[in-house]
Amino acid sequence: MPTKRRRKHDNDKQELRSRLRESATFPRSVIAEIQRAARTGIYDIRGFGAKRHVPTFDDLLFLGASMSRYPLEGYRERCDTNVTLGTRYAKKPIELKIPVTVAGMSFGALSAPAKEALGRGATIAGTSTTTGDGGMTPEEREHSKILVYQLLPSRYGMNPDDLRRADAIEVVVGQGAKPGGGGMLLGQKISPRVAAMRDLPAGIDQRSACRHPDWTGPDDLKIKIEELREITNWEKPIYIKIGAARTYYDTALAVKAGADVVVLDGMQGGTAATQDVFIEHVGIPTLPALRQAVEALQDLDMHRKVQLIVSGGIRTGADVAKALAMGADAVSIGVAALIALGDNGPEFEDDYNRLDSSAGYYDDWHEGRDPAGISTQDDELAARFDPVLGGRRLANYLRVLTLEAQTLARANGKSHVHNLEPEDLVALTIEAAAMAKVPLAGTDWIPGHGKF
Amino acid sequence: MSQRYDLAQGSTRELNSWLHHYNGTGESAAWQVVNPNGAHNLAVGLDAPITVDIEGHVGYYCAGMNKYAQVTVHGNAGPGVAENMMSGLVRITGSASQYAGATAHGGLLVIEGDASSRCGISMKGVDIVVHGSIGHMSAFMAQSGRLVVCGDAGEALGDSLYEARLYVRGNVAGLGADCVEKPMKDKHKLELEKLLCEAGITGADAGEFRRFGSARKLYNFNVDNADAY
Repeated sequence: MPTKRRRKHDNDKQELRSRLRESATFPRSVIAEIQRAARTGIYDIRGFGAKRHVPTFDDLLFLGASMSRYPLEGYRERCDTNVTLGTRYAKKPIELKIPVTVAGMSFGALSAPAKEALGRGATIAGTSTTTGDGGMTPEEREHSKILVYQLLPSRYGMNPDDLRRADAIEVVVGQGAKPGGGGMLLGQKISPRVAAMRDLPAGIDQRSACRHPDWTGPDDLKIKIEELREITNWEKPIYIKIGAARTYYDTALAVKAGADVVVLDGMQGGTAATQDVFIEHVGIPTLPALRQAVEALQDLDMHRKVQLIVSGGIRTGADVAKALAMGADAVSIGVAALIALGDNGPEFEDDYNRLDSSAGYYDDWHEGRDPAGISTQDDELAARFDPVLGGRRLANYLRVLTLEAQTLARANGKSHVHNLEPEDLVALTIEAAAMAKVPLAGTDWIPGHGKF
Repeated sequence: MSQRYDLAQGSTRELNSWLHHYNGTGESAAWQVVNPNGAHNLAVGLDAPITVDIEGHVGYYCAGMNKYAQVTVHGNAGPGVAENMMSGLVRITGSASQYAGATAHGGLLVIEGDASSRCGISMKGVDIVVHGSIGHMSAFMAQSGRLVVCGDAGEALGDSLYEARLYVRGNVAGLGADCVEKPMKDKHKLELEKLLCEAGITGADAGEFRRFGSARKLYNFNVDNADAY
């Protein structure tokens, strides 16, 4: 082709390409999902939490101190961080050094060394870790000074000896990633050990129930909780974990059912394996849910008497401090803890690429092929993960979260992180102001309350 | 000689504390409990080969998480009797409410009357023998163990069950997803006879029972089974 004609041809092609217009209704990601659904005939299952944008703690700011408020000296004046959980009924409440706990994640979803590392890290940092939908492993108990034992609908591995070995019991009603959904563990991860602990055939796709088998509502949950207390001699704090849905009423009913502690998981909370449609479209964000839970506790005169732990998208000390300022007693981390252990590490980029993913994007935790050796039951992959190093990293991260939260608390003149209060906060957006019920920055306006 | 505890004079907490004194000791003892009046959570969390006779009706979760103990309720039992039992023997001379033997891992639960819905839900190794009939959705997601019903079974028996074996002498109103009738071989008759004998049930011929179990079609997801989910 002569040069002139080739140039015209190239220009025409470029013009045509630049006229390509992506549909807002059918962007390439949606088209790809329709194509995937048509090819496979099954919904997309994945790990991680919600990926859509929702109002978060990032939409809040602390005011700090100035003329009208008096700050504390950084590093020199004390800012305490200890938390006591379970003061309502338990003979042996839990004492944590820091206001950050490690959320429930199952042996099955995670490898045994990864569970061990969570216990090691939490123990070094002076906090608790939590079992999951698969029972308690000896490794986990051994390496966790404070271990919360979950009672889930499936009751896999549930037994009275582990109940008595636990430091607290968490009745799981729901989780933020899927309020109203049960657990899921696909066949690739049902290794012989996992199968034996769950009394299931190896290699099947396990779908746990979403409802408890022996109670249906707050009235009989109250009796169930009394049973757990009787079995454990009224020693252990009993938590009720709820996914963020109708949070005001769910929190009030958890208090009525006799909870010592309410654990509230917002929609950004992680999961090992759930349908994408469930993760992204069910439940409400952590920010408004937290406010509703605190209001419910205050209306019942139970705020600080029944402790509140909030989870779902906690990443930084700022998130911790803001959650506490809004009225939580502690926060809990799941996805962030896995990242601290080494999940999505850039050193595994080539491996992620082989799985058609990339460091920072990997969420196929249900497939059991995790290059970091964390969300797997494959012995070779699990052997890549060093539980001692992983535990150390988690402890470091937990300490950074705590130091950051203390920095913010001192800046607001608080000698304990629990002294942070909503009055220290303002919102950057109208949405966050409405959801958190704190004023839009530079105004005294809370949407729905008074005039701008 | 057995010790006697009167719940009209005492409390569930005190009774359970007394019974828990034996936990882990391996000691045997005999207790008689009177005036239960439908109280909840009686004789839960036992962990010793003691016998407990409760003279009257009980509420929720009687003998929950039992290990080694032999608990007899001389009356009816409320929901969740012997839930998550690990071992031992729990006998109800009357009828039992919903979720009898839920998630139980071992031991033997005998119900001499009828059992309500969801009997043996998510059972994980327990043996349950019901002299009468059972309600709907029984053995839902039953994982392992054996459920024997001398009377009839309600709707959706064995829905989404795994490896539990179900034996029913009377009518089955309907089978749940993935539950099918299976041939009754000699080994099954033998196992059934043994269970009936252990439960102390006479007059029921193993040859009159039918066996049900998992078709195992829902064990791994297949889009062509979507209607069954």
